[in-house]
Amino acid sequence: MTPFWLTRALDRGTVLFIALLAAIAVLVPALNLLLPPSSPFYLSTYFVALFGKYICYALLALALDLIWGYCGILSLGHGAFFALGGYAMGMYLMRQIGTRGVYADPIRPDFMVFLNWPELPVYWYGFQHFAYAAVMVVLVPGLLALVFGWFAFRSRVTGVYFSIITQALTFALMLGFFRNNFGFGGNNGLTDYKDILGFNVQAQGTRCALFAVSTLALMLGFLLCRAVVASKFGKVLIAIRDAEARTRFLGYRVESYKLVLFTLSACMAGVAGALYVPQVGIINPSEFSPANSIEAVIWVAVGGRGTLVGAVLGAVLVNYAKTYFTSGLLAPYWLFMLGALFIAVTLFLPRGVVGSFRHWLTRERAGKPVVEATLAQPALSHAPPRPAE
Amino acid sequence: MIEPTTPAMLYLDGITVSFDGFRALDKLSFTVEPGEMRAIIGPNGAGKTTMMDVVTGKTRPDAGAALFGGTHDLTRLDEAEIAELGIGRKFQKPTVFEMHTVEDNILLALKDDRRPRATLFWRGTAQADRRIDGILAITRLAALRERVAGGLSHGQKQWLEIGMLLAQEPKLLLVDEPVAGMTDAETRATAELLKEINRDRTVVVVEHDMAFVRELGVKVTVLHEGAVIAEGSIDQVSMNERVIEVYLGR
Repeated sequence: MTPFWLTRALDRGTVLFIALLAAIAVLVPALNLLLPPSSPFYLSTYFVALFGKYICYALLALALDLIWGYCGILSLGHGAFFALGGYAMGMYLMRQIGTRGVYADPIRPDFMVFLNWPELPVYWYGFQHFAYAAVMVVLVPGLLALVFGWFAFRSRVTGVYFSIITQALTFALMLGFFRNNFGFGGNNGLTDYKDILGFNVQAQGTRCALFAVSTLALMLGFLLCRAVVASKFGKVLIAIRDAEARTRFLGYRVESYKLVLFTLSACMAGVAGALYVPQVGIINPSEFSPANSIEAVIWVAVGGRGTLVGAVLGAVLVNYAKTYFTSGLLAPYWLFMLGALFIAVTLFLPRGVVGSFRHWLTRERAGKPVVEATLAQPALSHAPPRPAE
Repeated sequence: MIEPTTPAMLYLDGITVSFDGFRALDKLSFTVEPGEMRAIIGPNGAGKTTMMDVVTGKTRPDAGAALFGGTHDLTRLDEAEIAELGIGRKFQKPTVFEMHTVEDNILLALKDDRRPRATLFWRGTAQADRRIDGILAITRLAALRERVAGGLSHGQKQWLEIGMLLAQEPKLLLVDEPVAGMTDAETRATAELLKEINRDRTVVVVEHDMAFVRELGVKVTVLHEGAVIAEGSIDQVSMNERVIEVYLGR
């Protein structure tokens, strides 16, 4: 039997979208692995890796939409949680290199040998086990969000002030990770990976598997978000977003709600980062750069915040455009285009692509019934009389 | 639990609140008995809203005591704790959750476990539905159940907010200018509604509208410059020299 919180989450749109993601998770690897390169339907391994990366961005956008679209928390530092998840995965991948590194040290990654570190720092212990790294992928961003959020929400830091301190958070982490003595490879970061779970990370089959797993993670993330927003908890979130003080006076502990949601969102961002790293083959401190986090906000705004589907579409569309435009003649102008896109969406499409479409759809559907309701007004005579305007 | 120190439902003694040197409340003291309905009147800037902020935990007073039910020190609790104790507040400007339906607005206000875990796994019950039905009937919003609250008229929003207050099942209701912007008919209906609510709850009404206060027919406290200047029936206070001076600016 399906639990009630799941059935509640599964409206028609959700089922359709999940089915679409499942189809993509199967079809894309199949078209790459099973067809000969000469076939018109063949998808190149480059394409699989590229879209695998977009899927990870989509999961990050989903995490951001959950807090921004439904609870009004605009985090401009979500890239930090993404990067922390990525570093946790990167540490696992580094420990898998073993003696195949340049210095052939069985324990220490190359950069530690190069820096003359006599032994592995304690915080690198355990990362040779995939299960341990997988736990850290969720735990580290989650813990940071919990501690950071506890201080911020308890002090009632909201709105633009919250956004600014999240920028400071990711910037501080970037500066830290740039330092060699921080123990994460300094500005070079972690790279030159060989294996993941015993499979070559560069191999075609591994890339296809990573794509499928990323899409599966996106599906689960989407379901989780739906389950959250479809519950009474989700109704409280919207209440907080629209009238925080009122929600407090109703007896809801607003800071607890924000903290739970922010932590959940950070964990999702961490998973996205962990899946991203083996597909791009590197993690370095530039992933913490504040601009990355802002870009993620643009994806959500373009797709439509508070729609979940919009966040996913926005991330894929904007990133596809980025890949397309930064590899041609227009490359030097990409940032201007991105800026213009954000301004255009804010001015002309404030609900985003999916949000505007839904709005249009509900108006289209409600169009006729509204007229009937006005005609039937006398029947509602037991409603309180209208006040004088 | 300490022994009640006063039989009063709400006990304010020497409450002082200053904002940047301006004294919004100046040693304000009054008490409200259980089951009473009290009207608070006063010109603009008399400190009516600040008084409500102190009682509901939004503002901490610089000095003074505020007790609820004789045992709970309101100056040490925050908004959520005070709401949990049973003090409900209706704002001057109707504040409902505009994006939610009328039904969901009431649902969110229903007295229930407010913790995140409880709401995450909450599922509708027949009992909750019955309570929502009951409140929608009292506030005459049953026909608008599925409508989004943002689309309601001003008067309907006022009533929805009163319905939300009822759903909280508070012991004490603080109602800030409930009839602002209402027609005469609506004002009369609201007075009836408040009297009905007062049958099993203590009510404090802050209001400008003298006709409405007269309609309620309850004890009146007059505030001026953050302190009580008169108390009694509406006829008594409207003959008070000091009140006339304050209201007419003589």
